[in-house]
Amino acid sequence: MLKQTRGKRWAKNVFSYLLAAAVIVALWQLASLAVHNAMLPPPLSAWKTTIRLLHDPLGMHLWISTRRVLGSLLISLLIGVPLGMVMGFERPVDRVLAPLVYLTYPIPKIVFLPLILLFFGLGEGSKVFLISLIATYQILVTTRDAVRKVTPEAIHSLRSLGASHTQIYRYLLFPSCLPDVLTALRLSLGTAIAVLFFAESFATTRGLGYFIMDSWSRAAADRMFAGIIMMGLLGVVLFWAVDVLELLFARWRRQG
Amino acid sequence: MIQVRDCVMYYTESEDTPIYDGFSLTIERGESVVVIGSSGCGKSTLLFLLAGLLVPVAGEILIEGRPITKPRPQTAFILQEYGLFPWLTVEENVGLGLRVRGIPRAERLRRIEEQIRNMDIAEVKRRYPFQLSGGQRQRVALARALSLQPDLLLMDEPLSALDALTRERMQKLLLRIWRKADLTSILVTHSIEEAVYLGTRILVLGGKPACILGEVENPEVGSRHYRSSARFYERCNVIRALLEGGDGDA
Repeated sequence: MLKQTRGKRWAKNVFSYLLAAAVIVALWQLASLAVHNAMLPPPLSAWKTTIRLLHDPLGMHLWISTRRVLGSLLISLLIGVPLGMVMGFERPVDRVLAPLVYLTYPIPKIVFLPLILLFFGLGEGSKVFLISLIATYQILVTTRDAVRKVTPEAIHSLRSLGASHTQIYRYLLFPSCLPDVLTALRLSLGTAIAVLFFAESFATTRGLGYFIMDSWSRAAADRMFAGIIMMGLLGVVLFWAVDVLELLFARWRRQG
Repeated sequence: MIQVRDCVMYYTESEDTPIYDGFSLTIERGESVVVIGSSGCGKSTLLFLLAGLLVPVAGEILIEGRPITKPRPQTAFILQEYGLFPWLTVEENVGLGLRVRGIPRAERLRRIEEQIRNMDIAEVKRRYPFQLSGGQRQRVALARALSLQPDLLLMDEPLSALDALTRERMQKLLLRIWRKADLTSILVTHSIEEAVYLGTRILVLGGKPACILGEVENPEVGSRHYRSSARFYERCNVIRALLEGGDGDA
């Protein structure tokens, strides 16, 4: 019974994704007909180019970009989640760190690019640092706020069972902020891909961002759109990956 | 034996009106004490002090002769909202205290199984708390508490969220547990009938700072058809009068 409804839900999901894709393709087709400009090719010719270039060089660029995004997000999680939990639970730490975070949060991190290039060089380091710097803030602030929502009753309940301070982190704070962390991860995924594009538009010859900019400078519209399609797919696949994580780790949250 | 000696306690550190100002109380082993009083009179605070989750500003609390400054392994505490964790299944919730205490897996599973059977929640053991009824949740909380094999069970209005019939059923269960498990039980409630049904001794708490307005011995607890006896109503009226008297003072 349960399985059947789950299967149905899944089919519905696939259907709505197909529908959305169809709508986007239709609008794109209409737009390309309307503007009638070489820089906006019809979807079919862009798709053909995508298929033609899929193995070489798109595959390589996709791999490089994926690696950069995933690596950066992993670093952001490893820094943002523990630090956010400590800030959310230890008031004295929060009193010191919160003003620091709030003062630096709104500054667009991209403005530090010259410094980042200076210290991390032109290679992978500077790109990964820039993306993780931005994503870490989102994850850190969300985690901290999620931990603050943990009720004193829950803490008392666990302490009365004999839990130590570190056990409170393990058995209460971490599991209770996990769903919010996954939401933050989804949001920072979007940001990370946007920043990735920017980070790949300079000082590199690899990655989807480079491929798109390069195609643009050569006025190769079909190629450019092939890169855009790949970037879109990268985003969608990573979004789904977060959905799967949610399914695995936040089952209890799907009420009903 | 539990001894509360001259405790002083404030709501918050900054405030100057104390909840307790020289509060004392002695509870013998094996008693079933029910604490009743109007809301905000410090009933819950008393349980938090006994549980070692709060430490008095002055005075001391001794259980079996030892001063309490942090949670004690033989004390189980059921909070008002049951304290179940939504991300753990029934089994996992029941076993949480055992896990926290590092009980080996085999022993843990044995005790979980035992309590799940004991509380009659076997058919829901793989469910999450949001899939349970109020009564079932309460049973899970009890199973978790009893899996620790406590000698002291503290309960903060554990039945207040239940409907009337479930509540009576749970009261019977509590009575059964107390008689069978050889434990001291301290329950906080604001239901007069519940107090008389469950407490061998009923403490009426009130005033600011809080003191014991009255104490009613209730040795008939657990006798057959007690709830429908004339003695039961008599006791209820005594307690009602004590509570109303306390209200008049405030």
